[in-house]
Amino acid sequence: MQAEFFSTTYQLTSADRWDTFQARVGINRSLHRVKPGLYALGSPTPDSPVFVTANYKLSFNALRSSLAGVDGWILVLDTHGINVWCAAGKGTFGTNELVKRIESSGLKDIVNTRVLILPQLGATGVMAHIVKKRTGFKVEYGPVRAEDLKEYLRNRQATAEMREVRFSIKDRLTLIPVDIINYFLPTLLAALILYFLGGWFAVAAVVTSVLAAIVLFPILLPWLPSHDFSVKGFFLGLVVMLPFMVQSWTNSTDPLWSKILRLLPLVLGYPVVTAFIALNFTGSSTFTSRTGVKKEIFAYIPVMGWFFGISVAVTIGLAIWKALGG
Amino acid sequence: MFNSYTETTLQYDADLCINCDLCSIVCPHSVFARGEKAAILANPLDCMECGACMLNCPVRAIYVDAGVGCASAMIQAALRGKKMDEATCGCGGGQGDCC
Repeated sequence: MQAEFFSTTYQLTSADRWDTFQARVGINRSLHRVKPGLYALGSPTPDSPVFVTANYKLSFNALRSSLAGVDGWILVLDTHGINVWCAAGKGTFGTNELVKRIESSGLKDIVNTRVLILPQLGATGVMAHIVKKRTGFKVEYGPVRAEDLKEYLRNRQATAEMREVRFSIKDRLTLIPVDIINYFLPTLLAALILYFLGGWFAVAAVVTSVLAAIVLFPILLPWLPSHDFSVKGFFLGLVVMLPFMVQSWTNSTDPLWSKILRLLPLVLGYPVVTAFIALNFTGSSTFTSRTGVKKEIFAYIPVMGWFFGISVAVTIGLAIWKALGG
Repeated sequence: MFNSYTETTLQYDADLCINCDLCSIVCPHSVFARGEKAAILANPLDCMECGACMLNCPVRAIYVDAGVGCASAMIQAALRGKKMDEATCGCGGGQGDCC
């Protein structure tokens, strides 16, 4: 096989930063790709280390910029533009693709080393002992984050800290823009419907509930009560609805039964919106197990359904009662 | 109360372990720790069932029903009439790019 490779640099250009920005706000999410194959970083020799990454541009950029000054090789797997961990979960950053890419790139003819440094999170898709058996290359799992690579390279040892996946405030803040974009249209639609049923008050309540879920929830995640995302979300939803409850109760000349009914959606319905979006945040987090999330779904989705249904019925009922001159 | 994360599908047979240390290397939540003769299941409740340890254990001493702990993916799978366990993470492939 003809051995050939591409070249790349350590520097991130403004075009790279524009790309990062687009990816973070969800523009052309599937188009941030690098051509799979072997890349020379700096001026590598056949004895330089070989790093493996995904063909998601942000993964590739994080790797090469973290290796500034290190001469090495980067083997980019075809993960369809998905980052290492997610692709490993799907198996595209996996044993077969790695073996295939080692062969198609002609890596064996280019380097003398028979060691590959993979990001630790790639282990979710790669069987190191099988790769060794099939290609002769030993898989070495480096740190979780590319920023720790240089430190790792000193003695090829990762500290416990480097092996730990985090979900820092910075990680959580990064997720907010793309969720704002994702929830924009559904929220607009809900607001439109609610405007006819409950006026600007209802519109403000639903926008507040959604914003609480996509902005406040990620920020406050570690401090919200209980372990379950649904409960944390419902609690947060209740808190942000408090001013609305006070407003609804005090600024009304309606009879008592109608005041009580009017409170129901604020206590049950809107917090459920926050809770549901919060539950969906499990996939963005870095620690929820499938067993646990499944238990959450079975425990809370039926309750959410009831709360939501009651609230919709009450809201429509009250709107009709008002329209009839009540 | 309100803790759904009190059990996982992780199983570990210390008798099979050859102490190669790969499980504690690949685990992103320090579920396994290095032991004298065999790996130690140190923090089983921190397991997120990613499956990295099972895949990289050369002697199959570890079993976990690996999958993505993503409510959104599971709910969508359920709505499409598929099994919830068959859900795969759909993020990043939202624009007509089936993966």
